[in-house]
Amino acid sequence: MPILALTGNEAMAEAMRQINPDVVAAYPITPATEIVQIFASFVADGRVDTEFVTAESEHSALSACIGAAAAGGRVMTSTASQGLALMHEILYIAAGLRLPIVICEVNRSLSSPINIHCDHSDTMGSREAGWIQIFSEDSQEAYDSVIQAIRIAEEAFLPVIVSTDGFIISHCMQRIQALEDEEVQKYIGEHRTPYSLLFNKMPFTVGPLDLQDYYFEHKRQEIEAMVDSKPIIMKMGEEFGKKFGRSYGFFEEYRLRDADTAIVALGSTAGTARSAVDELRNKGIKAGLLKLRVIRPFPYKEIAAILSKLKVISVMDRSDSMSTMGGPVFIEIKSALYDEVTHPLMVDYIYGLGGRDISVEEIVEVGEKGNKIKQEDKVDKLIDYVGLRE
Amino acid sequence: MKKKGWKDLPIGAIIEKGGTATEFKTGDWRTDRPIWYEDKCTSCLLCFIYCPDSSIIIEDSKMVDIDLDFCKGCGICKEVCPKDAIEMRREADFR
Repeated sequence: MPILALTGNEAMAEAMRQINPDVVAAYPITPATEIVQIFASFVADGRVDTEFVTAESEHSALSACIGAAAAGGRVMTSTASQGLALMHEILYIAAGLRLPIVICEVNRSLSSPINIHCDHSDTMGSREAGWIQIFSEDSQEAYDSVIQAIRIAEEAFLPVIVSTDGFIISHCMQRIQALEDEEVQKYIGEHRTPYSLLFNKMPFTVGPLDLQDYYFEHKRQEIEAMVDSKPIIMKMGEEFGKKFGRSYGFFEEYRLRDADTAIVALGSTAGTARSAVDELRNKGIKAGLLKLRVIRPFPYKEIAAILSKLKVISVMDRSDSMSTMGGPVFIEIKSALYDEVTHPLMVDYIYGLGGRDISVEEIVEVGEKGNKIKQEDKVDKLIDYVGLRE
Repeated sequence: MKKKGWKDLPIGAIIEKGGTATEFKTGDWRTDRPIWYEDKCTSCLLCFIYCPDSSIIIEDSKMVDIDLDFCKGCGICKEVCPKDAIEMRREADFR
């Protein structure tokens, strides 16, 4: 296994090179620009067989991807932030048509005010589009998840977004254990497609008008595909672990077994939170971390089984839902816990909007607040802000 | 026709074969119905050329009927007919 020093963007581009998709249609955007740029050089240098389409917008890029995927090709693209927002309409179409497209996404805040740095507003805004969504803590996870995403997409017949955190991961160099090209090809195997316009003997129609009499049934199928994707995601993560030594699931537990307070984080902050948990443990606070990896489908049963046994849960949300009920991760975890017999106390911590840095010390403070809530058995502030000037 | 449940439909809302538009009758939107007078018709086929819904039925280069399963009653055929061989009547009169 080659050891490489790669940024998150380089790692995702490298995974794309090894996957060697039939078509990539893209429109570069900060901080994901390099993924497309590096991949374009792979195309120019003849290192991949990909048909590379330079589109005039992200809306067009994903539209071209849909055409290529419906034709029967293995298709990938990359975007971030406003780009993902511009794709929004087309995200639903890719999912509804059940096309296994994979997007290498880099999390970035949304305008306005304009900002190019990391938060999760962009991908959180795509939660209802019907895409499987996987977050990455670092470049290694991004690389591994992009490769797994091809197989997940082609088994579930649902598109997949794999994301990293803008600049924090996308531009940060890290030591990566890569796979050999042949290993990747062997792992992803032959392309599987739900249907193919090019390789079909009979003519058929993709994307016809679907009114009151059938739309509901097709949407119900899509919901079921999301349900069915859960064991597929788990299987791929485990199989990847058996073959290459790094296993993946819906989430990762860190020092949770004997914990009474938990921090929930996703993306790059999970690494920071892990250090914070160690410091909290040194201070005698029984803290643990649940690092969320897959947010669509939302692993509500699995999360509830673990978190319901705890006393206090502090959720770290790098975006807000604008519902005044807190961030999306907070709302969904709270909802997941509703059917459990025991309910922990919960607090939401909105942090890091527009790329505001988050430190170990700040998360230690979150953990200490959690411990205080546990001792007093009450929550004063349901939604709190970390690193914000009052 | 019994409609299939969600478990039995092809995924992605695709239509698995071609030519299915003929199975989907759309003529019930009509408020005006074209009445064709065979004795006046010279089969010049202007109506066939102008009909936006391919509802003029031709056999051996002669007009033989109007396909009311698909005719929307727009009346273009009546407008273009040089022989007044088509008259538009209220659909309600026939129901």
